[in-house]
Amino acid sequence: MRINCPYCGLRDLAEFTYHGDADHALERPEPAQENSSAWNSWVYDRSNNAGQHRELWQHTGGCRGFMIVTRDTVTHEIISVEKVGS
Amino acid sequence: MARYSSLAILRNALSGNQQWTPAWRKAAPKPGYDVVIVGGGGHGLATAYYLAKEHGITNVAVLEKGWLGSGNIGRNTTIVRSNYLLPGNTPFYEHSMKLWEGLSHDLNYNVMFSQRSIINLFHTPAQEDDHARRGNSMILQGVDARFVRPPELKRRMPGLNVDGPSRFPILGGLEQPRAGTARHDAVAWGYARAADQRGVDIIENCEVTGFVREGDQVVGVETSRGRIHARKVGVAVAGATSHVLKTAGLNALPIESHVLQAFVSESLKPCLDCVVTFGGGHLYVSQSDKGSLVFGGDIDGYNSYAQRGNLPVVEDVMSELVELFPAFAKVRLLRSWGGIMDMSMDGSPIITTGPLPGMYLNTGWCYGGFKATPASGWCFAHTIAKDEPHAFNAPYSLDRFYRGYVIDEKGQGATPWKH
Repeated sequence: MRINCPYCGLRDLAEFTYHGDADHALERPEPAQENSSAWNSWVYDRSNNAGQHRELWQHTGGCRGFMIVTRDTVTHEIISVEKVGS
Repeated sequence: MARYSSLAILRNALSGNQQWTPAWRKAAPKPGYDVVIVGGGGHGLATAYYLAKEHGITNVAVLEKGWLGSGNIGRNTTIVRSNYLLPGNTPFYEHSMKLWEGLSHDLNYNVMFSQRSIINLFHTPAQEDDHARRGNSMILQGVDARFVRPPELKRRMPGLNVDGPSRFPILGGLEQPRAGTARHDAVAWGYARAADQRGVDIIENCEVTGFVREGDQVVGVETSRGRIHARKVGVAVAGATSHVLKTAGLNALPIESHVLQAFVSESLKPCLDCVVTFGGGHLYVSQSDKGSLVFGGDIDGYNSYAQRGNLPVVEDVMSELVELFPAFAKVRLLRSWGGIMDMSMDGSPIITTGPLPGMYLNTGWCYGGFKATPASGWCFAHTIAKDEPHAFNAPYSLDRFYRGYVIDEKGQGATPWKH
């Protein structure tokens, strides 16, 4: 697997660190809210899709930038890479 | 079906080995069962066996998507151990070890359980303290453990890099002498045969595509071979858990699926007679009875349903093997493959009633499911038969995550790719 870093170009998997499901990681509920079940669910529950999966990767062995990779978890095909917040 | 014995071997030898009968029937699905187990891997087959043996429930079907033994039961590195730290884990895995110790006789099938011991090496004083703590915890919970020092390591593993220049000098190891290996395929076949003999239907090439519901209640499964009704449905599908439960409308679980690779070398003469692990990274290696080195390391570290991995982990695992045993650099690799692990959020499994009425769930084995096979089946059978967990699996509830009772051996938190 190689990831096309939006800052550095196509690089080997070994340069990247995985940070999990992007839709999950970037949508944290307010921890101070009174209802703890949303917070519990955010910490522990995952959709764990077979097929397209949006995930957060960091180019730790390069620019250290974060990116959202859309990848097929059944074939490992990378469908798109975008900058976080773009 | 005939019992296996030395007499049977003799008798069949005299008749040219033409009289052996299949180890289990090719069953076709009936319209309904008392219990349907989804997943014909080690855990599912063991569950069916213990339902019949311990609880007298024999109107049971095990549904397997592919062929029997095609999943993780045939893809692991065959290690059996109970060297855990935490009270939630140790009694369960020690129960499993005790079942392993009598398993071949119990099943009348040689699972080739070999208690050749496991040695977890440590390389720093801090790691030594940590291993002493684990060893003490094991001993306090009735599990065997001892420290091994370099002179003994050198004697027992002549190829081990004890004296040579090393980035990670070996200070010693924590040994569990009763640990070892078993023939993984034989475990699937042995449980299948023994369950079949007690009347369980083992149905291969039967993929579950959905659940039959009456209101909230699960009352059966839709399969590629038609609808099958069941009073109770147990799900034991390892890495496919999220995928299967989505068909019941459960879209979020404390599980991620990750790929773990394993490796087998060409056959060598006997050179390693225990299981040994490297503490400077993550590597476990043993030598099979055929002479191959069987080894593996970390999961690849990203969500995956592909039964194959990528090269960075291959390189990591090989470098660690060669760090421990420099001579193995000359050994050729024969095969490598991947299996899909059901990584839970605390690194410990889930064996529970629910999450839907009529459903029972067995998942979250991370990459330690093989050693757990007997106790997992034993506890899951109890949970299904009695509608409540046994004391051994009571800590493995699904709601522990939300109540603050996680069992996190590594203290890693909800990052399943790091457990």
